[in-house]
Amino acid sequence: MQRTDLRRLAAAATVAVIGLSGAAACSGDKSGSDGGSGADGSAPLDRNAKVTITIDCEPPTTKPVQRKEWTDDIAAFNKIYPNVTIKSRDASPCEQPAAYAAQLKAGTEPDLFYSYFTDLGTALDAGQVTDITKYVTPETVPAWHDIDPSVLHTFSDGGALRGLPRNNYKMGLIYNRKLFQQAGLDPDKPPTTWDEVAADARKISALGNGINGYGEYSAANTGGWHFTAELYGLGGTMVSAGGTRAAFNDATGKQVLQNLYTMRWVDQTTGATQGFKWPDLMTNMVTGKEGMYVGAPDDITYMVETLKGNYADYGMGPMPGGKGTLLGGDGYLFKKGLTPDQIKAGIAWLNFELLTPGKGQFDWARKKADGLPVGLPEPFLFTGASAEQDSRNKAASATIPLANYKEYVGTQVPGRVEPPHAQEIYKVLDTAVSAVLTDRNSNIDHLLKTAESQVNQVLANS
Amino acid sequence: MAALTVSPRTAEPRTPSTGPRTRGRGGRRIRDNLTAHGFLLGAVVCFALFSWYPMVREFVMTFQRTRRGRTTWVGWHNFIQVSHDPAFWQAWRNTVEFTLLALVFGFALPFGVAIVLNEIRHARAYLRILVYLPVMLPPVASVLLFKYFFNPDSGLFNAVLRVLHLPTSQWLNSAATAMPSVVIAATWMNMGSAVLIYLASLQNIPGELYEAAELDGARLLRRVWHVTIPQTRLILSLMLLLQIVATMQVFTETFLLTGGDGPKGSTTTVVYLIYNYAFNFNNYGGAAALSVVMLLVLTGFSALYVRLSREGG
Repeated sequence: MQRTDLRRLAAAATVAVIGLSGAAACSGDKSGSDGGSGADGSAPLDRNAKVTITIDCEPPTTKPVQRKEWTDDIAAFNKIYPNVTIKSRDASPCEQPAAYAAQLKAGTEPDLFYSYFTDLGTALDAGQVTDITKYVTPETVPAWHDIDPSVLHTFSDGGALRGLPRNNYKMGLIYNRKLFQQAGLDPDKPPTTWDEVAADARKISALGNGINGYGEYSAANTGGWHFTAELYGLGGTMVSAGGTRAAFNDATGKQVLQNLYTMRWVDQTTGATQGFKWPDLMTNMVTGKEGMYVGAPDDITYMVETLKGNYADYGMGPMPGGKGTLLGGDGYLFKKGLTPDQIKAGIAWLNFELLTPGKGQFDWARKKADGLPVGLPEPFLFTGASAEQDSRNKAASATIPLANYKEYVGTQVPGRVEPPHAQEIYKVLDTAVSAVLTDRNSNIDHLLKTAESQVNQVLANS
Repeated sequence: MAALTVSPRTAEPRTPSTGPRTRGRGGRRIRDNLTAHGFLLGAVVCFALFSWYPMVREFVMTFQRTRRGRTTWVGWHNFIQVSHDPAFWQAWRNTVEFTLLALVFGFALPFGVAIVLNEIRHARAYLRILVYLPVMLPPVASVLLFKYFFNPDSGLFNAVLRVLHLPTSQWLNSAATAMPSVVIAATWMNMGSAVLIYLASLQNIPGELYEAAELDGARLLRRVWHVTIPQTRLILSLMLLLQIVATMQVFTETFLLTGGDGPKGSTTTVVYLIYNYAFNFNNYGGAAALSVVMLLVLTGFSALYVRLSREGG
């Protein structure tokens, strides 16, 4: 063989090896950890054990202030635990459903991975979640007894705790105070029943200029999500007590769809353009084209920080109907196969950053100094003394008009958790919601019956 | 790429050979092509890892179900489950509707445009660039553009219809018009490539045939019918089959324009349903089963394509 051929062969082999190395690098992500002693869950984290943990949902560089706070908090945490290395992964949004499902299937999620409350089932089915029950104690999470049990319930399965919460919300009615004023409505008195919502929507739509009184989502699972919230508001329920059968095909479910149908086709207060998904309605509201829609308090943060709206222009009322509202939220799950020290380090970090009044995400004084909004009614992870302390801290540093949320905060509406296999159920109900908003001849009974049959199939296969 | 050229020695005529001579020639052939094999290795490994292995794995998954981290064999359960899903037949109906509409618009229109471009004597290059321009736009940008065009309240299309005193449409907001609207956008986005292929084919038709037809008094339509179409029959057949195979896999356009489902599920296609099973329902077995059904259907068309290619070759 000639020397030139040898060189070519060597070049080709190098290309192949680099390609293979790249493929191998992509195919797995083993987080480094030295392990250490720690099988005893109640024992504190061994300060001599070198531990490395990876975590996602680090604020992106497009949010420099939040990013700096995160980095500063890691530095402060490392002063307490110099033996723990936290490797953060930048992500925005924190969870993208398709990517979330794919990484679980491949087992490439970080050690502590962000998850909506609704996705615990998906993570469990993938066999990717560790039981952290024995590691979470009043010693490792001092505010443990003050964390709202309903929040912890969403991250529990069969009595085992699988994750820790980061944020939670309660759905309500977001409205445009400016449009309320223009339409002659009292911006301090948002509607509390669907009849009032429809009446106010008619007045707002009468302003003309392409302004819609009420908006509704109907795509990318958000139609079913809102259907659930509105059903809870009217006192309905999504699934039977055992979670084995659909329970929304009744007079209450029919009423939810009928309300939407009436506003779309009889009152014509929702506009002809439909098929909205998060965050379309926020964009409409910021541009002054939407009067009301059902949402969570952090929508207002998005409208101000990302879409450049003004806090003074938006208000929030309780979920119309007032018989219940949807609780939602997110947090971190622990990947399967972590060492006890990694679990302990992860809990220590989450406690520091997410679950300590006055620190991390609850350091309202710092947020105010950094120019971030303070005063929105979420998260409300705590009860008892921790809740009182957090409320005092928040009120002392409030930067947004708290009066705009008075009705939302002051009206006691029982919160209800999302149904099992929520995302699958929401997907099914998107079709029913979309149908009443796009088809004047919709047969609501038939839509509900079809959805019921599909949801029963989802539940039967789970 | 001198390394990939075939050595003249490999092209020598075969002669009856003894054992040692065969080994010697085989060894020399391998040595001669060693560089090429080296370069090929990377591609073969990549294909094996990222194409062939996932395909084999998919077939295996059609018979499996994973719950709580445990995978079990479930026989034909996944196939039965997806075929009983009410969305299954709707997705097939929608996919066939899209394919048929795409054939009417996306197949006939580019051919017509190619014929017109072929006849035009002036500004040819400019017009070709103009026709191809949409292909160069990122699909997401094109889709966003059409989302604005289709907006029933403030979109361009309804604005034009109002100016012309014609009835407006709900476009993507009605189950009846959502799929045709998607076809309009998809045709605009993709027809540039087809036009160029047809143009190349048209330019291979000998001019004498048209001259003879003109001398016989044939006008444009008769020339197209009796000269152009017979002369481009093969490329038309191939493009038709390629179009069917491609359009039946529609996903991007519906996903971005209507969120996938559309009003009353009117734009739910088979590929979108597969996506749903995998990423919304966390049912990879069902997604794999549906993919295999889709594969079998497309294999039928692909076999036809191969047969036509051979006839044409």
